[in-house]
Amino acid sequence: MNGTRRRWLQGALALAGGFGPQLWGAPVSRRSNAAFAASEVDVALRELLGVTRADLIRTDKLRLNVPAVAENGAIVPLTATADLDRVELIAILAADNPHPLTSSYAIPAGTLPYVSTRIKMRATADVLAVAKCGNRIYYTARRVEVSVGGCS
Amino acid sequence: MTDSIKILAEIKGEVVTFKSLIRHPMETGQRRDEQTGELIPAHFIREVTVEHRGHVVMTALWGTGISANPYLSFKFRGAKAGDPVRLSWVDNRGTSDTLLAEIITAD
Repeated sequence: MNGTRRRWLQGALALAGGFGPQLWGAPVSRRSNAAFAASEVDVALRELLGVTRADLIRTDKLRLNVPAVAENGAIVPLTATADLDRVELIAILAADNPHPLTSSYAIPAGTLPYVSTRIKMRATADVLAVAKCGNRIYYTARRVEVSVGGCS
Repeated sequence: MTDSIKILAEIKGEVVTFKSLIRHPMETGQRRDEQTGELIPAHFIREVTVEHRGHVVMTALWGTGISANPYLSFKFRGAKAGDPVRLSWVDNRGTSDTLLAEIITAD
């Protein structure tokens, strides 16, 4: 009931504020446990941002630096950078992981749309970087070939 | 947990490049002990926050897909050399650590 009421309230507030279509994701700086527990990319994206992969806008303005071949799936270094205005969130997903959402980063005003970290990958798969700018969700994907998986 | 955090925060022009390393196993909960065959319980950092003068400049939300001994780097504006910057983390067991560092001028 609470969830329903919250959604209704969010909807009412969105209408009152004239924001147009409203995304039903979690606030960018609050951890969505359901998104991290999800075992599929689409479920993780829905819980995190209220979208599915089909709603994402592919762009070259979001760059993902990852090695094309990762010897060791336990340590895959990556950097995501966006040439986009007002990025609020960057998320990194490894499509074939048991839980694809590796991490999400709340980017407040004054912080640049840039994050660098190291992720685990179970197997060869697409790595997705996703950036939320208001109601627009952008993404870019890079294939990473994994020699030895890093989840087991 | 103490002394788990290393920070290098360097300012060049207007931009601070913040780099950090945290000592943590980041166990997925899917690995088995090689001797006993038992599952090793999940143990991972869930949230990292970095504050500059009381203002949160980064909230990193993590799952089990972040590598052991995590690395995190990001960039922010609005600081100067000598300013304090604080990183705090908390894991799924409620364990936490925090470290205060000073922004230095890049060479």
